[in-house]
Amino acid sequence: MPSPASTSNNPVLRLDSVSLGYGDFTVLRDISLEVSRGQVVAMMGGSGSGKTTLLRAATGQLRARGGVVTLFDQDLAQTDARQLQALRQRMGVLFQQGALFTDLNVFENVAFPLREHASLGQAETLSRVLNTLDSVGLRCAAHLKVSEVSGGMARRVALARAVILEPELVLYDEPFAGLDPISLGITARLIRNLSDRLGCASVVITHDIAESFAIADQVYLVGQGCIKAHGAPATLHASTDPYVQQFLNGHPDGPVPFEYPSTPAFESWLARQGALQ
Amino acid sequence: MTSPKGIAALGAAVRKRVIGLGVFTRFFIRLLAASSIVFKRPRLVSQQIHFIGNHSLLIIAVSGLFVGFVLGLQGYYTLNRYGSEEALGLLVALSLTRELGPVVTALLFAGRAGTSLTAEIGLMRAGEQLAAMEVMAVDPARRVLAPRFWGGVIAMPVLAAVFSMVGILGGWIVGVLLIGIDTGAFWSQMQSGVDVWKDVMNGVIKSIVFGVAVTLIALFEGWQARPTPEGVARATTRTVVAGSLAVLGLDFLLTALMFSN
Repeated sequence: MPSPASTSNNPVLRLDSVSLGYGDFTVLRDISLEVSRGQVVAMMGGSGSGKTTLLRAATGQLRARGGVVTLFDQDLAQTDARQLQALRQRMGVLFQQGALFTDLNVFENVAFPLREHASLGQAETLSRVLNTLDSVGLRCAAHLKVSEVSGGMARRVALARAVILEPELVLYDEPFAGLDPISLGITARLIRNLSDRLGCASVVITHDIAESFAIADQVYLVGQGCIKAHGAPATLHASTDPYVQQFLNGHPDGPVPFEYPSTPAFESWLARQGALQ
Repeated sequence: MTSPKGIAALGAAVRKRVIGLGVFTRFFIRLLAASSIVFKRPRLVSQQIHFIGNHSLLIIAVSGLFVGFVLGLQGYYTLNRYGSEEALGLLVALSLTRELGPVVTALLFAGRAGTSLTAEIGLMRAGEQLAAMEVMAVDPARRVLAPRFWGGVIAMPVLAAVFSMVGILGGWIVGVLLIGIDTGAFWSQMQSGVDVWKDVMNGVIKSIVFGVAVTLIALFEGWQARPTPEGVARATTRTVVAGSLAVLGLDFLLTALMFSN
């Protein structure tokens, strides 16, 4: 029987005026966004803009300093460890570095969530894992060790592992990084197809404008500690906002800073080097 | 007179140690609480016994043999002064079952299996594998730490028994085959002088305690390691140092408790 949340029309993931950070440093302020069922949302922004921090907030790995993160209609700040585990069973995550288990082969990596959370027989597990590997073009790599596959292949294995349980929400952290053009196109279509077929919500953190704009329903542009722009891909393309235009067209000059800003910690370090004399 | 800065530094150091002890205790409790997986999925533990135990077998057996050789030689030189060389078998067996078997095995275990466990857990953290498990709603303490802990605790007394058996064989080779002590005297003195409960079982208890200590330290250091190559290297070194000191300290305490009249 589907859970109440899975039949509701409420957003699967919602952030209301959320602030996030580490230690004394606040990375993002006043972030609000929503992701609904069947929707593909692309999260874009420069390196170090806080996209992965947003993903960590969505998975409950990072607690919000302010605002409310709601996942499957539950406020993450109000959940205990057991409730958080139950929520996490309904989501899949593709990590930036893949995070494959190096002591397991490709097949066992993809089978891992099934073995932990589903009581399937060996034949059904075999069939389901091979089918999922087939969808990322790696059926015949099932027997290989993780150390024997390339970086791009490892990312596709991680993708297969993230979606094997057919989750209601899938978070992809840089799914297109390190992929050749063919794998990139197939992966983008796979993400779109999964959302359409399963009705799952997808959040794609990426730098790849062409592929993400081709599959996304909504695009959020993150920069300078906040969401600078959001809307449908066509809306952003048509935007005259200099920030959006510079990011999408890759111009070197404009409001998007290329240089890392000077901080008191840097000035102090530089002074200790004697470089100011 | 002690300066206020000195008192503050002392206070900070004591506070740091107490916090460290608290973190270690919480880690141990979390590990025990996650141990139900041992009964639900015993295959995970048997894999670790194989990985930890079987891969340490060669170094343990070879070390045991050489320790047995040395015990045979040194024992003979000493006993020969008093005309008691027939007691060589007893001396070798008591030395190995009571002390050298559990202690040397634990020291080798810290160097071989302990470092391997620390590096594995540390690299899993550095590679986000533990974070990935948490996000997949899988408790890494239950899935990763508990099977390794119980695998180490079970493997340790078995390895210590192998060490002692091979050591006795080494003592027999030197004493009987090379020096020429009567083989009947060698075995009969051992048989009459070694008490199963007082000597052998106390040795087994020691090796279990050492197994708990070394495996726990190895897992804790890996769990706490900074997720960098340097952090993992430092954690591995700490495992050997802390594990070895813990074994020697615990051995003194256990010996005082077990063998006092």
